[in-house]
Amino acid sequence: MGRVDKATAGIDLFRNKRVASLIRFSGLFGLALSVFAVVLLVFGKNPIRAYVDIFSATLGSSYGFSEVLVKMIPLALTALAVAIPSRIWLINVGGEGQLFIGALFATWGAINFTNLPAWLFLPWISILGFLGGGLWASISGFLRAKGWASETISTLLMNYVAILLVNFFVFGPWKDPESANYPQSIPFPDAAILPSFFGSRVHLGAVLAIVGLILFHFVLSRTRWGLEMRAIGINQEAARRNGISTYRYIIILMFIGGGMAGLAGMGEVSAIHGQLRPSLSPGLGYTGFLISWMAMGNPLGIVAAAFLISVITAGGDILQMTHRIPGAAVHILMALVLFVVLARRVGKVRGK
Amino acid sequence: MIGSFLISIVSGAIHSGTPLLYATLAEAVGERAGIVNLGLEGVMLMGAVVGFTTTVQTGNPALGVLAGALAGGLFNMVFGFLVITRRANQLASGLALMFCGVGLSALVGASFIGSRIQGLNEIQIPFLSTIPFIGRAFFNYDILVYLVVPTAVLVWWVLFRTRWGLSLRAVGENPTAAFAAGKNPHRLQYQALFIAGILGGIAGAHLSLAIAKTWAEWMTAGRGFIAVALVIFSKWHPLRAIAGALLFGGAISLQLQMQARECRSRPFCSTCFLTF
Repeated sequence: MGRVDKATAGIDLFRNKRVASLIRFSGLFGLALSVFAVVLLVFGKNPIRAYVDIFSATLGSSYGFSEVLVKMIPLALTALAVAIPSRIWLINVGGEGQLFIGALFATWGAINFTNLPAWLFLPWISILGFLGGGLWASISGFLRAKGWASETISTLLMNYVAILLVNFFVFGPWKDPESANYPQSIPFPDAAILPSFFGSRVHLGAVLAIVGLILFHFVLSRTRWGLEMRAIGINQEAARRNGISTYRYIIILMFIGGGMAGLAGMGEVSAIHGQLRPSLSPGLGYTGFLISWMAMGNPLGIVAAAFLISVITAGGDILQMTHRIPGAAVHILMALVLFVVLARRVGKVRGK
Repeated sequence: MIGSFLISIVSGAIHSGTPLLYATLAEAVGERAGIVNLGLEGVMLMGAVVGFTTTVQTGNPALGVLAGALAGGLFNMVFGFLVITRRANQLASGLALMFCGVGLSALVGASFIGSRIQGLNEIQIPFLSTIPFIGRAFFNYDILVYLVVPTAVLVWWVLFRTRWGLSLRAVGENPTAAFAAGKNPHRLQYQALFIAGILGGIAGAHLSLAIAKTWAEWMTAGRGFIAVALVIFSKWHPLRAIAGALLFGGAISLQLQMQARECRSRPFCSTCFLTF
């Protein structure tokens, strides 16, 4: 009897949608891992030792784990920047640019108001970061709401304008006179650096990301706005005829999404770099897009996907240090994970 | 003084505009077939690194260009498999392809960092290159620069004046209708992506073999994305892309020539608005 129970419980477990998708995903992840192992073998590296090092150094030590969390913060925020507008089928490929503008605004606040106390500084630069990213994204939102331009294209193009703007400031008016060759702003005052926890580099941005994710989930599932957003997502025309202002939603959701990416930029510039640099983001906005896409806009999924990608990118640093493999090589593993997910998810999204 | 400054701007614009134009043509061919490829950056990087390593090992830059082109074409087939056969999301697949190209090229090129090569030689066109000023500005480049405008014309001719190009554009506009008309959308799209990959590979190879003459990680520095913008800027037209690439190339060269940094963002801003 007990045995039968166990067996049926096992089947139930397998039938459970979440567990099944978890199992399927582990299989896909394993496939990506083995393809990357083959790539490493071809280049004469030992894949088993590489994997052991990646996982022991990221998941096996508290320091390594905290570094993974540090990498997760901007990724979760930029993923939110994509996930929030995607609720009404807006495609925001501009997380990168919004992140840069958020960092730009935060830097402006930090280096021009050096006398503020810390308790005022942190909300001040957070608001500025949010505002910067939000305004940048709402330009695209406005163009889309007016029907003048596709937000996919305009957000993508504005990434470039944003990065060039940041370059303009760090090469020009904000250039630190102390640094002869490096284009960077003057360092943030100590009060403007986000506090970190537990002696690690995990900073206050983590709280912002968690609050953002919870709010996102709460608003979606528990409020009138969430309902209206779902209505627009399902049928924009029907929603409009029911008196929902799609125009307003497009701009506001782009603003909030961009604001999330702006917060990511604020966190990076304030807690990690401590000054504005053009090398602020190694494609965090684009990675966030992929994470949100993998998670299909689900808050928990975003956490899981951001964690996975962070382990992989943190592993890149390990490979560089111990195996003399360029750190960028782990991008292959990341891409492979995405490839298998992309290739696998046929017909589920498109319904064809 | 002003004359030599102008010449360095113009020749700089032509130099930096060349890989942009190859990349723009690549993106245009793909988009005419209905496929937006954000992974062009990765394709270019693969072309750059394979072209460079081949040149280092064989000492023959022409072979390097060929290998780079082929690498780009083959690498783009990964993207093709995802978006054509598996019908995956184009934007996400493109970004994933970009990251894959960044990583793979870093791995391939790791042991070649710091290698120097002769690179593609400048070919001085006899007589014409000796004309003062103009000769230096227009007739003193490597072979890929001379070939880029004919390539653009060729792409235009193929897309708009051949049966194959007509079918390709039909597939891009409406695959179902094209299928009903007896075309094979999948095969045409694969062909388009292979050609796009070759062009993207050449763009990358020109960067590493003629402009930088060395290899560095992520040396394309966003040119793949600029190409996506340029395609829209040139309204998906290969001939208009020539002007766009020159304009952007000019912006890059102005940036290198002048310390006046404000000049940089302007052309990019204007593209944003012009796209609409």
